[in-house]
Amino acid sequence: MADPMKIRAQMKGDTADIRVLMSHAMETGQRKDNAGNTVPAHYIQSITIDVGGKRVIQGQTGTSVSRNPVFGFRVKGAKAGDKVVIHWEDNKGDKRTDETTVAG
Amino acid sequence: MDALRRTLLKGAGATGAIAAAMAAGVLTPSRVLAADYNRAAFEAKDMAGALKNIGAAGAADNSGIVIKAPDIAENGAVVPVDVASNIANTVSLAVLVDKNPLPLSSAFDFANGALPEMALRLKMGQTSLVEVVAKTADGKYYRAKKEVKVTVGGCGG
Repeated sequence: MADPMKIRAQMKGDTADIRVLMSHAMETGQRKDNAGNTVPAHYIQSITIDVGGKRVIQGQTGTSVSRNPVFGFRVKGAKAGDKVVIHWEDNKGDKRTDETTVAG
Repeated sequence: MDALRRTLLKGAGATGAIAAAMAAGVLTPSRVLAADYNRAAFEAKDMAGALKNIGAAGAADNSGIVIKAPDIAENGAVVPVDVASNIANTVSLAVLVDKNPLPLSSAFDFANGALPEMALRLKMGQTSLVEVVAKTADGKYYRAKKEVKVTVGGCGG
């Protein structure tokens, strides 16, 4: 099981700033280890974000995203106290869901 | 697994391959996502292939897409990029790195108040154009690009 995400969700005016750091190797499948063996690809493929019970962000990612990916989004109309649920899945079927609430 | 997938890709096209792999028990999604992973686009080895597979082959240049990225990135492993679309009714954004082995980095859909913008960190193997494709609610695609010079690549071993 991967390490928990670090999620920050903060209201600025009528918009929630959401930033998330996902702990993941994001191996491209192009890299070789010291012994010259190709390191198999291992990367996050899908991400969803729900705020206040509504799906606001849904996306897919590939290997051109950096290791330990950080994403930032802004959601208009969110309110302080809304629950933020973030979910990812990778190409090996590992997955992780973490949540927080929007700070005022 | 990889060899099998290649064979399937050749034979049946990406969607068929995924379905076949699921049937064969190679891929066992524990949760059905709204959209299947767009393997063809994310595994495309050049911009043309990636753009075609996200449906954006004929995207028109548009200055309403704003790309904030460093002119020179010292570390290609972590290149912070902010993208936003000022085009009305933008519903999704995709970010691509032209010279990377697999150019498509991410594609996100925005709904229920999410603004069509995002911050992310890219891997860049070498100096390259970063391209952003925006899709609007009526199914039109627009693109914009910005060059980022990389002094130390982020995709090598």
